[in-house]
Amino acid sequence: MYLSAGRVADAAGGVARRDAGRRALRLVAPNVVALGAVSLITDVSAEMVTAVLPLYLVAGLGLSPLAFGFVDGLYGGAGALVRLAGGHLADRRARHKLVAGAGYALSALAKPALMAAGSVPAVAAVLVADRVGKGVRTAPRDALISLSSPPGAQGRAFGLHRAMDTTGALLGPLVAFAVLSAAHQDYDPVFVASTCFAVLGLLVLWLFVRDRDGAAGGSVRATLTVLRGARFARLCASAALLGVSTVSDSFVYLLLQRAVDLPVRYFPLLPVGTAATYLLLAVPLGVVADRAGRGRVFLAGHAFLLLVYGLLLSPLGGAALVAGCLALHGAFYAATDGVLMAIAGPLLPEGTRAGGLAVLQTGQALARFGGSLAFGAAWTWWGPHTALWAGAVSLATAGACAAALLGARRSAGPDRQEAEA
Amino acid sequence: MTLRTRLLIVVGAAVLLAVAATGYTLRAAARHPAHTGAGARIVLGTPGQIVFRDMRMGPGKDHLAAVASASPGAPRADSGLVCARFHAAAGTGLCLRNRPGLTPSYEAVVVDAALREHRSYDGAGIPSRTRVSPSGRMAAWTVFVSGDSYGGTNFSTRTSILDTRTGHLVPSLEQYRVIKDGAPYRSADINFWGVTFADDQHFYATLATRGKTWLVAGDTAKRQVRTLHQNVECPSLSPDGTRVAYKKRVRSAAGGNPWRLTVLDLRTMRETPLAETRSVDDQAVWVDGGQVAYSLPGDYGSDLWTVPADGSGTPHRLMTAALNPVF
Repeated sequence: MYLSAGRVADAAGGVARRDAGRRALRLVAPNVVALGAVSLITDVSAEMVTAVLPLYLVAGLGLSPLAFGFVDGLYGGAGALVRLAGGHLADRRARHKLVAGAGYALSALAKPALMAAGSVPAVAAVLVADRVGKGVRTAPRDALISLSSPPGAQGRAFGLHRAMDTTGALLGPLVAFAVLSAAHQDYDPVFVASTCFAVLGLLVLWLFVRDRDGAAGGSVRATLTVLRGARFARLCASAALLGVSTVSDSFVYLLLQRAVDLPVRYFPLLPVGTAATYLLLAVPLGVVADRAGRGRVFLAGHAFLLLVYGLLLSPLGGAALVAGCLALHGAFYAATDGVLMAIAGPLLPEGTRAGGLAVLQTGQALARFGGSLAFGAAWTWWGPHTALWAGAVSLATAGACAAALLGARRSAGPDRQEAEA
Repeated sequence: MTLRTRLLIVVGAAVLLAVAATGYTLRAAARHPAHTGAGARIVLGTPGQIVFRDMRMGPGKDHLAAVASASPGAPRADSGLVCARFHAAAGTGLCLRNRPGLTPSYEAVVVDAALREHRSYDGAGIPSRTRVSPSGRMAAWTVFVSGDSYGGTNFSTRTSILDTRTGHLVPSLEQYRVIKDGAPYRSADINFWGVTFADDQHFYATLATRGKTWLVAGDTAKRQVRTLHQNVECPSLSPDGTRVAYKKRVRSAAGGNPWRLTVLDLRTMRETPLAETRSVDDQAVWVDGGQVAYSLPGDYGSDLWTVPADGSGTPHRLMTAALNPVF
């Protein structure tokens, strides 16, 4: 049984465990806080670049929008497969920190390289390297969060990590904006500052994140065996079903923009609304998940998404619609993103945790990609209104199926007991 | 290492990195004092002169510059006016430039013959094309608007038309009625780009919908466009108004070089591929009735080339590191 530093201190000092609120956060291991700090700093670095990238490529380098679409597609698509490789590598020798560190280092190197890359193929290569770095580090990092936390505190651990991660994502564009305006629209200071943040993130990882010893020996076969386990397979199936029925963020924002006829210049602010709610709710919902059952919170999160669809289909308009949709959309992420990892962690043996999480994440990402294609096609053929109805029906059906799948797991599993332990 | 040592290392590194980033930013800021400094005096419409966007690295980068058309390689006069895209006619210029900010946004500035700024209009997007009508009264521009497309990976365009005399602005041509193949047409995925004016009321442009493009003839009084010919992008009307030079998509976009510079005779609808075989992604400019000028990628982003408009001859490089010439 894992004991965090805080709990050891409690036990030694004979402190009564009455103070539930404090205890909730004390259950979060220092390692998780350190990983959260690394993600926060690295996300500032990454989102600075993401914010200026379209401008830099099209306005700065003179890339044609056609080529930009190509590069953008590469940028988004390169992550999925390396994630599986990263998870597997981390498992094989239990070197989560090393593999995650390599991923962070690759992304850090990509920032100055972007500044030097003058041609389209070079820029594309650097962006792919950046994405490979992100793909490689995700599963080992989540496995490390999971391995560092007791089974009963997985929800709050992931909640805290995701809240810190999102804080970085919100700060990044602001920093980029500050640098860009200070440097009279010159792009290279943005890349230099981004590199500095990336280096700092690496340093924090190196100095403060501890690897978990033992539990080595994961192999491809071991990871595949995990998939055959009924509970994990049911979880993967639920995540995939719900993923296919999830209308992607850009569609939600596009529908919202159309519904209230939002000026295009405010369009980039919509994701900020979602992220802010996500940030606020990630920890509380993580704690709720630990107490009331993570499967329930995961399903409730998708009910929030269903409410977003409902609001978009309702005659409601104006600021109320925007606020309601963004709040529910952020709550959807807070109740599902980290919580899914928190459900999956305890189901996976330590030696295959990174590999198993990578399978789940990749499956969910592919399902969402498929869902996004399907929704795009439905939009083109039937128009946005009918497409959204179809999305809502599909999500409700998937939710019912997932409830059946996860419900079977919960009655059989010791999830509640672990939370009380 | 104790916690104290590790904290000291991180704090020390953070301070060093912050100093490095700040120092670099301040040095970059010092490189460019404010933009639009007063430069050489350039008067639009001066005979025997080419005005263009200077693409060379250095203090004059992205400024409007001028050279004598007899010696385009000669030293350039730098006006100091920053423009990402530029066009002018009859003493009125339209300068499209990027505005600093988090999201892509631009400013369309109407300038007079002495390049003094008169009115300006802000909007969201990245400058792409601009044209002024032959009389200098109407101006149109196209920008790429991010986050305005289905998948989020593609850009969509927005085209605006301004009456510089009345100040009346049509923010998006998508408000216009579309007559496609003789019948009214509506679709959510319509995009317009590359306006070229015949006169102050009539223009041509590209309309894209469902993955195909059309040359459309537009009318600002009727607020309507109708399709004329398929597979036409970035049309440019000849000085006599009888022909359109444009980008014709002849290969798949996947290879990155889909376009062939082509001239369409508006009376016979006959297409003439020009002698330039490299893929051109530009709205060509007519040098005179017999030649068109266009941009191709070069060492500094763009070089200017010319080629006869009748399909004969060979391409000729007019100047390096330049874009958007006005003859």
